[in-house]
Amino acid sequence: MWPFECGEIVENQEPEKILAKGNEAIAMAAMDSRCLLYFGYPITPQNDIPEYLSKHLPALGGEFIQAESEIASINLLLGASATGARAMTSSSSPGISLMQEGISYMAGSELPALIVNISRSGPGLGGISPSQGDYFQATRGGGHGDYRMIVLAPSSVQEMYDLTCLAFNLADKYRNPAMILGDALIGQMKEPLIRRKCAKMDLPVKDWALTGAQGRKPNRLKSLYLQDGELSEHNWKLHQKYEQMKKEEVRFESFFTEDAKLMVAAFGSMARVSKTSVELAREEGMKVGLLRPITLFPYPEKALYDLSQRVKLFLTVELNTGQMVEDVKLSVERDVQVYFYGRPPGSLPSPEEVLEEIRKYYG
Amino acid sequence: MELVFKRPECLIDIPFHFCPGCHHGIAHRLVAEAIDYFKIREKTIGVASVGCSVFMYDYFNVDVLEAPHGRASAVASGVKRARKDRIVFTYQGDGDLAAIGIAEGIHTANRGENITIIFANNGIYGMTGGQMAPTTLLGQKTSTSPYGRDFTSDGYPIRMAEMLATLEGSAFVARVAVNNPANLMKAKRAVRKAFQMQIEEMGFSFVEILLACPTNWGMTALEANRRVEEEMIPYFPLGILKERKMADYL
Ligand SMILES: Cc1ncc(C[n+]2csc(CCOP(=O)(O)OP(=O)(O)O)c2C)c(N)n1
Ligand code: SF4
Repeated sequence: MWPFECGEIVENQEPEKILAKGNEAIAMAAMDSRCLLYFGYPITPQNDIPEYLSKHLPALGGEFIQAESEIASINLLLGASATGARAMTSSSSPGISLMQEGISYMAGSELPALIVNISRSGPGLGGISPSQGDYFQATRGGGHGDYRMIVLAPSSVQEMYDLTCLAFNLADKYRNPAMILGDALIGQMKEPLIRRKCAKMDLPVKDWALTGAQGRKPNRLKSLYLQDGELSEHNWKLHQKYEQMKKEEVRFESFFTEDAKLMVAAFGSMARVSKTSVELAREEGMKVGLLRPITLFPYPEKALYDLSQRVKLFLTVELNTGQMVEDVKLSVERDVQVYFYGRPPGSLPSPEEVLEEIRKYYG
Repeated sequence: MELVFKRPECLIDIPFHFCPGCHHGIAHRLVAEAIDYFKIREKTIGVASVGCSVFMYDYFNVDVLEAPHGRASAVASGVKRARKDRIVFTYQGDGDLAAIGIAEGIHTANRGENITIIFANNGIYGMTGGQMAPTTLLGQKTSTSPYGRDFTSDGYPIRMAEMLATLEGSAFVARVAVNNPANLMKAKRAVRKAFQMQIEEMGFSFVEILLACPTNWGMTALEANRRVEEEMIPYFPLGILKERKMADYL
C-alpha cells in the first residue's frame, strides 16, 4: 500500500509536553495526523509552518513543494487530495484570496484537505498585524458558487494542534475542505503544548480516490455538471452535508454563562483578551460571561439562541470593524441588544479596554 | 484474419462530441494508444483541463480528475507527488497552458515533475467561441482580433515547446502535427516516447500537437487541415526539441 494512503492515523508517541509556537503546533499536528504532503508559497506571518515541514517531511518520506504561487499551491493540493492522501497548504490573507477558485473547485469536487490561514490585515497588502478581517471570506465561502467550508478558530497553541487534527478528520468525514483560521498572535506565540495522540474518528473509506482503475471502474472527480437537473441535484447534495455539519459538528466554549446578564462573543485571539476582561468584570461583581465559537462554520447559532432566551445583552468583540457580529445578530432572539466593539488592524485592545466597553453596556 | 485497426482499450466506445474535422479526437486517440501500448491503463491518472477537451473523462477509460482552467499541470504535479507509482498526464489547450496556466506549466517543467503534458495547440479558444489565443498567428482573425492579430497590441504567438525545452527540468519536448499520415506516425511515436520517459522516471515530458479547429477558423475540415500545413507548421516547426538520454539525478 502506498505510504500516503489515508484514513489511518499513526500511533503517535506518548503524550509529550513541549514549548511550541502556534504555527509549529499546526505543522506537528499535520505530521501526527499522517499528512505528509505540503504545498505552499512563503508569506508572513505563517512561514514557520513551511519551514518546519520542509525540515521534517523528507525524513518521513513525505513531499514538500515550495510552489510558484498560492494558485499553484491550492491546485497541487487539489491533485494530491484527489488520490485520497492527506495534504495541506498554509498561507495568509492575500495568498488565501488567490486560492479561492481552487477551494471552490475542491468543494465542488468534494475533496478533503486542510487550508491554514494565519491571517493578516487588509484590504490589499494591508499589514502583518493580527486581524480578523477574513471572517467573511472564510465563513461565507470566499470563492464562487454555493458552498461552505469547515472553519475552525483556535485561540491557544494547544488548540492550534488539536484543531488541526480535528480539521483533517472533519475534512475526511465530509469530503470537504477545512480551514484553520488564526492570526499572527496565536501563530507566533509560544505556549506549553501537549503533543498527544490525535483522537481517532470513524472515517469513511475513500473509494472515490484516484489511484488508477485497477479491478474497478474508472473514478472521476469533477465539478462540471451540464446535464439537465444534474447540477441542482449536486448542490442539494452538498447542502445536505452542510446541514449535517450544523447538526453534528458545532463546537464552542462557554465561560461563566449560568448567571450572566451580559455575554461577550469573541473568537480566536480576541477571545483570549476577552476572557481576561470577563474575569476582571467578575472581580468587579458584574455578571458577565463569554461565548467563544470554535467552529466558525458551522456556527454555534443554537447555543447563542438558547442563551438569548435569558441573556438580553450581547457584546461582540472583534479585530475588525464588524463581521461576526452579523452572525450573532442572526442567531439571537429579536429582543436582544447586540453591541459591537471592534478594532481594525494595528494593535490589539487590552483586557482593560474591553472591560471598559463591558462596563458601558452592563449599565 | 489479423485485426490491424481497432479502438484502443483505453477509449470508451462512445462518439466524440468534437466538431467534424476537429483534431482533438485524433490527439485523444494517440494518447489512448500509448497507454494501451505500455499496458498502463490501470495505473494511469488523467487530468482534464478546461476547454473543448474538458470531457476527457467521458472518453478515457482511466481515472480522471478535472482541473480549474490553466491549473492542470499543478494538479497533475500534486497527483504525482502523492502517487509516484502512477502514470499521470494532462491534456491542455493553448488558452489553458499558454495563457492562464503558463506559470504552472513552466514551473512544472522546471521542477522536472515526472508527468506528461499533451499540449493541444489549435491557435484559438475553441470552447468559448473562437477568441484570440496566445498562439494565434499574426494577422489571424478571431472574434477578439477582428482585424487580425497585431503584434503592436497583441504581442506574438508563443512557441511553448521551444520555451519549455530551454528548461533544465524538461526531459522530452516535441512538437508534432496530425494533418497527414506521415506527421501522424511521428506524432504517435512522440506521444509514446513521452509516456516512456515518464515510465522510466526520466522527468518532465511534453508533446505539443498542432490541431485544426475548423469551426472557429471558419473553414471546412479540408481547408483547416491544409492550414495546419501552410500556416501553422512554418511558424511552429515540427520535431523533437529535447530528449534526455539519462535521468540527470541518477
Ligand atoms: C478562470 C476561468 N476563466 C475563463 C474561463 C473560460 N474558458 C473556458 S475554456 C477557455 C479557453 C479554451 O481554449 P483552449 O484552452 O485553447 O482550449 P480549446 O477549447 O481550444 O480546446 C476559457 C477562456 C474559465 N473556465 N475559467
Ligand atoms: S470548437 Fe474547435 S476545438 Fe472545439 S470541438 Fe469544435 S473544432 Fe474542435
